Amino acid sequence: MLDGRGTVRRPLGARLWLSGCWLGIMALLALFAPLISPHDPLAQDLFAGRLPPFWVRGSDPAFLLGTDSLGRDVLTRLIHGARIAFAVALIAGLATAFVGSVLGLLAGYMRGWVDVLISRLVEIWMAFPPVLFAILLIAVLGTGLTSIIIAIVVIDWTRFCRVVRAEAMNQSAMDYVSSAIVAGRPRRDILWREILPNVLPTIVVLLTLEMGIAVIVEAILSFVNLSISTDAPTWGGMIAEGRTSIHQAWWVLAFPLGVLFLTVLSFSQFGEGLKDRFDPVLR
Amino acid sequence: MSAFLTVGNLSAVLRGNRQRVLRSVSFSIDTGEVLGLVGESGAGKSMIGKAILGILPSAIEIIEGEIVLDGQDLQTMLPADRRRLIGATAALIPQDPLTALNPSRRIEPQITNRLVDILGWSKADARVRALELLNEVHIDNPERVMASYPHELSGGMRQRVLIASAFAANPKLVVADEPTTALDVTVQKQILRLIRDLQQRHATAMVFVTHDLGVVSKVCQRLSVLYGGKFVENASVPDFFAGPTHAYSRALLAATPKYTDPDASLVPVDEAVIEAVAAEVAAADEEWRHAR
Repeated sequence: MLDGRGTVRRPLGARLWLSGCWLGIMALLALFAPLISPHDPLAQDLFAGRLPPFWVRGSDPAFLLGTDSLGRDVLTRLIHGARIAFAVALIAGLATAFVGSVLGLLAGYMRGWVDVLISRLVEIWMAFPPVLFAILLIAVLGTGLTSIIIAIVVIDWTRFCRVVRAEAMNQSAMDYVSSAIVAGRPRRDILWREILPNVLPTIVVLLTLEMGIAVIVEAILSFVNLSISTDAPTWGGMIAEGRTSIHQAWWVLAFPLGVLFLTVLSFSQFGEGLKDRFDPVLR
Repeated sequence: MSAFLTVGNLSAVLRGNRQRVLRSVSFSIDTGEVLGLVGESGAGKSMIGKAILGILPSAIEIIEGEIVLDGQDLQTMLPADRRRLIGATAALIPQDPLTALNPSRRIEPQITNRLVDILGWSKADARVRALELLNEVHIDNPERVMASYPHELSGGMRQRVLIASAFAANPKLVVADEPTTALDVTVQKQILRLIRDLQQRHATAMVFVTHDLGVVSKVCQRLSVLYGGKFVENASVPDFFAGPTHAYSRALLAATPKYTDPDASLVPVDEAVIEAVAAEVAAADEEWRHAR
């Protein structure tokens, strides 16, 4: 692709940069939420309910993005919501990636009965409808952040497992693996040094997708009130609340929805961008 | 003197339909000798090399026969011992230099891994040895190549690296699985000369798998022609090129392009010859099944 200055550029920079910036900003906000946010996310002020965002007539400059029906600051709640979203994305994403990748690598590399066992398990697992499965799990485990994370790992490890298994099988058929076998190198060493580094880009891309999914799942469960306490500032909870007053105060719904959308999109685009940039074969 | 590698009556089947893909193959190779395995694609030439090195795909199973390497029967050994023996005595020069190096690792560890991990060399010694080998395969800038990733090297360079890596641990047997097929013709000749030089200098026994009779005449002392996983002719190279005895070998030789007469039209192998050799293979199969 040629840009305005006529130099040859690869068309992958913008995607990585834009999504990276958004995620970076959100991560910083999440990290320093108590320092940055202008108000207490739980503080109600019924006299200051449903104040519009700053550019609309009748707004209060103290509440930049307005307030909800209970007078809580939308901006503050968004920032604190990022905290929960990113915690879930990171912990659930990494845990899912770990469990799924380990099982997938074992199945794809060892083959034989290990593969049969793991593959059958994946097939059976995937026959459950995921949302029902999640709700069922939360019902058993009880609501709360830990339950959500466990639910995501339990449901989504199959995604990693299938892809990583296929990729490990591909790699095992490569000549450099044959050469390593001929050289008499131990299986553990071949898996660790020949196969894993080549499967890693796939795992990273899947991981970013999974983080996006984790954010959505958390929002869905908050929306149906199965996440942490209804009072807590979660994006899903805010959307659920905004839905009830959409005609009087659209901003209560629109801001968390927009932030959620951009964050999930950024996660997936970030993964794609990373893949284009670092895949040793595409490079 | 007994042969360094003896393959006796080796048969392998596809696990699925129990079809034989190697049909009672026997041959032996002495130290310092090069045997060419020739045949069309699918004749089972690579399979023999893979069977010797123990890297057959899992869909293929050896059902009878013996592979005796350096006086030890591989088929009756424990898998761990077999791998150790093969690792210490044999090496592979793979077919496709583009997939034979791990794309996410630098060249140096890919050459020295075996020396350090299996043979217990020190890292520094292994590095010296690797540099020496890269010199031997005429790589001008070995330091830079060792620090490179495979995608930074050309196909010919990668094949040189693979050859260096195969000879790194002074193997007594090298299986070269169509080492020049994926390279362009100008590089082929240099690579062949390299392999032959290294083989002669180290007095390595070698199985040279190829479909190119021209290559065989340059590198090998003896050759075996395969059809459908069965040897149809075994001969010394001078005898073979003086006049092959089997009709299929004759047709194969006639089908080889002649560099001396580039305008001559290519002669395809006659269908009658193929039918005859296929019938011969089928008859041998019948006999074998009867005997079991």
